[in-house]
Amino acid sequence: MANVSVKNIRKTYPNGTEAVMPCNFDIADGELVVLVGPSGCGKSTLLRMVAGLEDITDGELQIGDRVVNDLDPAERDIAMVFQNYALYPHMSVYKNMAYGLKNRGTSKEDIDHKVREASAMLNLDDYLDRRPSQLSGGQRQRVAMGRAIVRDPALFLFDEPLSNLDAKLRNQMRIEIRNLQRRLGVTAMYVTHDQVEAMTMADRIFVLNAGRIEQVGTPSEIYRTPASTFVASFMGAPPMNLLPATYNGNGSVHLNGETSLKVDAPKDHIGDIQLGIRPEEVKLATGKSATPFKLELIEELGASRLLHGKLAGHDFTVNAPNNDAPLADNLMLDIPSDALHMFDHETGKRL
Amino acid sequence: MKRAGFANYWLPILLLLPQLTIIAVFFYWPAFNAVQSSFYLQDPFGFGSQFVGFENYADLFASKEYAKVARFTLLFTLLVTATSLATALLLAVKADKVLRGARTYKTLLMWVYAVAPPVAGLMGVMLFDQNIGSVTDLFAWFGYDYRLGVNYWDTAFAMIIVSVWIQIPVNFIFFLSGLQSIPQHVREAAMIDNPSGFGRFWQITFPLLAPTAFFLLIINITYALFDTFGIIDTLVKNNPASNPMTLVYKVFVDGFRGNDMGGSSAQSVVLMVLVLALTIFQFRLLERRIHYT
Repeated sequence: MANVSVKNIRKTYPNGTEAVMPCNFDIADGELVVLVGPSGCGKSTLLRMVAGLEDITDGELQIGDRVVNDLDPAERDIAMVFQNYALYPHMSVYKNMAYGLKNRGTSKEDIDHKVREASAMLNLDDYLDRRPSQLSGGQRQRVAMGRAIVRDPALFLFDEPLSNLDAKLRNQMRIEIRNLQRRLGVTAMYVTHDQVEAMTMADRIFVLNAGRIEQVGTPSEIYRTPASTFVASFMGAPPMNLLPATYNGNGSVHLNGETSLKVDAPKDHIGDIQLGIRPEEVKLATGKSATPFKLELIEELGASRLLHGKLAGHDFTVNAPNNDAPLADNLMLDIPSDALHMFDHETGKRL
Repeated sequence: MKRAGFANYWLPILLLLPQLTIIAVFFYWPAFNAVQSSFYLQDPFGFGSQFVGFENYADLFASKEYAKVARFTLLFTLLVTATSLATALLLAVKADKVLRGARTYKTLLMWVYAVAPPVAGLMGVMLFDQNIGSVTDLFAWFGYDYRLGVNYWDTAFAMIIVSVWIQIPVNFIFFLSGLQSIPQHVREAAMIDNPSGFGRFWQITFPLLAPTAFFLLIINITYALFDTFGIIDTLVKNNPASNPMTLVYKVFVDGFRGNDMGGSSAQSVVLMVLVLALTIFQFRLLERRIHYT
């Protein structure tokens, strides 16, 4: 168990592509940090740099109180769970879990004790003699977890461990992994492209975009105050509505001239902005002060329904509770002023 | 499952006929002839033959010469197989790690495959020749008097080297594709689990390569036993009989140089039994071949 400290770490490939731009962060002991972002954003590269599977071009990586830049993966005291499980196909489940310990000179009794402990924890007792090919996807994933657990490492690394599982199993494993990590108290870095996974599992989320860390925060911080339009549209399902608007500086924003909305605090950024509104923070209303919304399509989600349509001529989505009431084509929306997020229309940064 | 059938009884036979003809003409008929003539003593000039039963076989197994050739064949096969497999594996492991110019490197290693065995033999003759051979010069520089075609072991050395050289590319291609089919993430998991590269190779990479290695083992034994004829022929042609040869080459020498058709046929029947045994062994093991996925 240890904290991780990253100073100005970066990754540049020989052809000049910058996969990970210089970044700094610290991970506290026992914390689970989720790196999330679209494919190609550098999140896996960053994780593999921590694992030692990719060279670090520049900067300093510290796990516990050791700088590990020049150490081999096996010497970094980490354990990694891969997307494709990466089990050794020619070894039994037991041997798969024991392999890492055996190579570190652990005694036979200790290995046996640890493997049995992990297998009991993961409900793998009946499968210890089987080969990975005789297991289901979920069981293989558990073996991969077991292999990481028995090592009792300073740091867990997860590289999209649930991507190959079906939706139901994924939800279940998500909770299992989270519980296990809490119980063992091991620091963990978890890479995923699934924002639901990120929101539900993380103590802190790192949102990455094009090799840069866009925002670091707790799931609720990321959700409530996204630092940029990228974070706003990436985190949250359905994504935040983003509309071009103008701000006049005295407490209201205008959408294409006619429609205007009240903003709470006057901001000093007068002119063009991007306005962000979460679909679930908008309510259907009847009042005169409400904003008109033209309904085009309804998506039923069971507990709620998504209303797709146009607001002041722009695409807009509303997440409304499902009460089976028939809806007219022209609706009125109540958009509270604290639901408005304002972003710079060029840089996309939060204002 | 419903089995598709032919309406006409003769059509499938007609379709199979070309293949059956080829097998019959080029395999069953000569094989039958060989078995038959191995029981006869033939006049060298073709004037007649006399039934002698198992006498040809008895002579064969009593012959010191035949035992010597058999022993050499065994040694030759072991050395050629082991050396070409080991060298190819080493090259494949190294080539697998090359990132820049990998394609050029691999092509360079593979092109030898395109050289026909007699041509390889000829190149061997040039390299190892007593007067102009550069390898002979190299040995002379170390103070060794290398004599191809005169010294038994010197000739054997050239035979083995040339046979290994020509076989390395095939093994290399198979080993390389075997290595590349080992999933990257399994290797990476091993990098995290085992600090020793040597240990990773023998505990993870090699076991996953075992099916390929076994297949190649059989291919190489067959090659060393039978397909090296062209190389041996070019290397020992027109040389004194004190030169080493393999069982297959002896069939040719006794039959076509020595005109001992009966004895030669008996030898080829022995070889046929050997091939049969090897084939059964291969099929048995291939059936139980280690399947991982």
